[in-house]
Amino acid sequence: MLLSMRGIDKSFSGVGVLSAASLEVAQGEAMALVGQNGAGKSTMIKILTGAYSRDAGEIDFRGEPVDFRSTAESQAAGIATIYQEINLAPNRSVAENISLGREPRKFGLLDRATMRADARAVLRRFNLELDVERPLGEFGAATRQLVAIARGVSQNARLVIMDEPTSSLDEREVAVLFDTIRTLKRDGVATIFISHRLGELYAICDRVTIMRDGRTVAVSAMQDISRIELVRAMLGRELTAFTARAHGEARVHEPLVEAKNLAAGLRVRNVSLTIGKGEIAGLAGLLGSGRTETARLIYAADRCDAGSVSVEGRAVAYAEPADAIRDGMGFVSEDRKVEGIVPEMSVRENMTLAILPRLQRSGVVDKQQQGQIVDRYVRALGIKCASAEQPIRELSGGNQQKVLLARWLCMNPRLLIVDEPTRGIDVGAKAEILKLLRSLADDGLGVLMISSELEELIAAADNVTVLSDGCSVALLRAGEITEERLMTAMAHQQEAAA
Amino acid sequence: MTDLASRLAALGPLAPRSNIDLARLGVVAALILLIVFGALRYDNFLSSYNALSFLRYNSMFALIALGMALVIMTGGIDLSVGGTAALASVVAALFSPYHWAAGLLGGLAAGLAVGVLNGAVITRLRIQPFIGTLAAMLAAYGTALLLAGNQSVSVSYDSGFTEIGQGDFLGFPVPAWIALAAYVAGWVALERHPVGRRVLAIGDGEVTAALMGLKVERTLMGVYAASGLLAGLAGVILASQFGAGQPTEGVGWELFAIASVVVGGTLLTGGVGSIGATLAGALLLAMVFNILNFENGLGWISLSAYWQSVIRGLFLLAVIILQAKIAESRPR
Repeated sequence: MLLSMRGIDKSFSGVGVLSAASLEVAQGEAMALVGQNGAGKSTMIKILTGAYSRDAGEIDFRGEPVDFRSTAESQAAGIATIYQEINLAPNRSVAENISLGREPRKFGLLDRATMRADARAVLRRFNLELDVERPLGEFGAATRQLVAIARGVSQNARLVIMDEPTSSLDEREVAVLFDTIRTLKRDGVATIFISHRLGELYAICDRVTIMRDGRTVAVSAMQDISRIELVRAMLGRELTAFTARAHGEARVHEPLVEAKNLAAGLRVRNVSLTIGKGEIAGLAGLLGSGRTETARLIYAADRCDAGSVSVEGRAVAYAEPADAIRDGMGFVSEDRKVEGIVPEMSVRENMTLAILPRLQRSGVVDKQQQGQIVDRYVRALGIKCASAEQPIRELSGGNQQKVLLARWLCMNPRLLIVDEPTRGIDVGAKAEILKLLRSLADDGLGVLMISSELEELIAAADNVTVLSDGCSVALLRAGEITEERLMTAMAHQQEAAA
Repeated sequence: MTDLASRLAALGPLAPRSNIDLARLGVVAALILLIVFGALRYDNFLSSYNALSFLRYNSMFALIALGMALVIMTGGIDLSVGGTAALASVVAALFSPYHWAAGLLGGLAAGLAVGVLNGAVITRLRIQPFIGTLAAMLAAYGTALLLAGNQSVSVSYDSGFTEIGQGDFLGFPVPAWIALAAYVAGWVALERHPVGRRVLAIGDGEVTAALMGLKVERTLMGVYAASGLLAGLAGVILASQFGAGQPTEGVGWELFAIASVVVGGTLLTGGVGSIGATLAGALLLAMVFNILNFENGLGWISLSAYWQSVIRGLFLLAVIILQAKIAESRPR
């Protein structure tokens, strides 16, 4: 075994996070590490890399017992970690990023020629030809990640840990990443692959370690475990989320919002779509196909160059989001942390942020009314929190998302735009969010759901508009929404455009 | 922009690689334009007297701007430089009777001490640089006043200490040589030594830099120490040039330094910066002042010091807006 972690215990201020957890990785294998949020995956990784210390347990790496006290130490020993969002230094060049911390020197000074040559050499191993002198930030998410991997490999990493590496990649980029992992395998470098997307695990991983509540509950070869068994092991209960929703006959929904021939800048070129009352309209497409940008146009967060939006048959021209909100629209952004929650504020404050003006009585917030509204939504949406006064940052991703949904719902919107509503949320909570959106739609709310996860669109949407390269290229109705068709629609036009 | 950039590419190795480089080139161009303007409009503008006293006086500000540039590149700020310079000038004046070197080393040590203290407060106690160095500024001024007994302290004219600020070497003022040496060292450190890459990487994101295994605390410590040391050096020159340690000088120097750094195209958010453009930025702001003095000297209009401040402020704003416009229009 390349890596063996046994009997790892860890608690934070008396709360046990890991108890007797274990993880073993063989040389050159891709090991999937899965579990719900809070299962202990990240803690396990942080203990391995030396970011946290362990309370008990043993770690052997390359046959020797180790006890890393910093990420610098574990890196020196041959463990590289590729984080989900934190991606090296964007203003530094590709070559600098690869060599940072152990730059080649000549007479004590930086040897730039060798630095560039080394960078090109290691990138070539992954069939990557880049201008290594350009700042890293000018490249896309996928390239940045590959550079991060190249950095790890150039430091002679024997184990590369990837924490949700695919969450910001589109399907083509994922394919490139998988090629890279195969290259690593061939060179005998092991990978720990953390992902919420089960399909990917089957595509690339050899084995899987499943964690639940701080314990390692199962280890299996990938081909010996079915999806449903895997999910069951993670959740410890039966789960029906991913069995596609039984589509009834295609209902005819009265149109609520119609967008025709929208165009703005380079990202949105010609998009038309309709959202019906009581309908979940899906918006699919690869990253960069203009999904979020389209939603922002409808919501008046950006200006249209061309096209029209009408609500219940009446043409509208909002000047800013405030107008759209007044007209009954809501927008739950894809990035909860940046655009959504105020981490230090309580659940109560976060939920009622948008309706504070309405809660005023003689210039002061009516606490009683506020409390009633908050209680109602905490119960209705099943938000798990100690009390409404708990800071929202202490809630899990799924519950934070519910608070954000509640923020909009208490304004009684007609249309709710949700951008990647289940990003970074564990499987169980995903199903709950989708169920919640469905029941809201059944009550007459129009929902525009942007999603990168095909399974999610199939499970939840009444129809799906597929975007490609800034154009709406297909409309799939109930019964037609399959992985096959979605992917064909996304991919076909892309090639034609390229 | 792309057109201009590609045309500039014909300049070969001198060509700007990015819009930020272009913005920096703009600073140099503005500096040259101002010099040409001054030369055409005023007699004696290019006289060696004006040129040399310009360099002698502004070397202090250039030194402080250099330290500030390094700090800002890491995403920090050092508000204590003015107070540090004042303290160093007093310490240097107090030590100057013993030997000129005693004055020099005393001032440097005082500056270094403040810098190390800043670094320790920021890295060990995890205090925001803005607050930590603000406290250090107040403490430095207080200490300077205490040591000086609330008045300026005359330096010794016998030990040769005044040569540091007033002397010449090869026809150029000693302070200009000192500043030049400091800038060359700063440029080598930033552009030709691994530590420069790390300084900029920390400015790009401290957490990321730490995760990449860089020694963040040690680097930050070094950067604040360097800023303190350079402010100390400026204080020594101040005392030597004006013949006295001045506990009340240095007010507003930190702002001048920050302005120079920003005009030089260094982002306040950190991660991007240039030593050469910082020097150009410092000289540009000083040049505006110089030109206003000449304008007053013409006798047509008489600008009070207040109006001069207003004009400098407007000029600074104009340069920064122009730069932002250039840097924004990214080539596609």
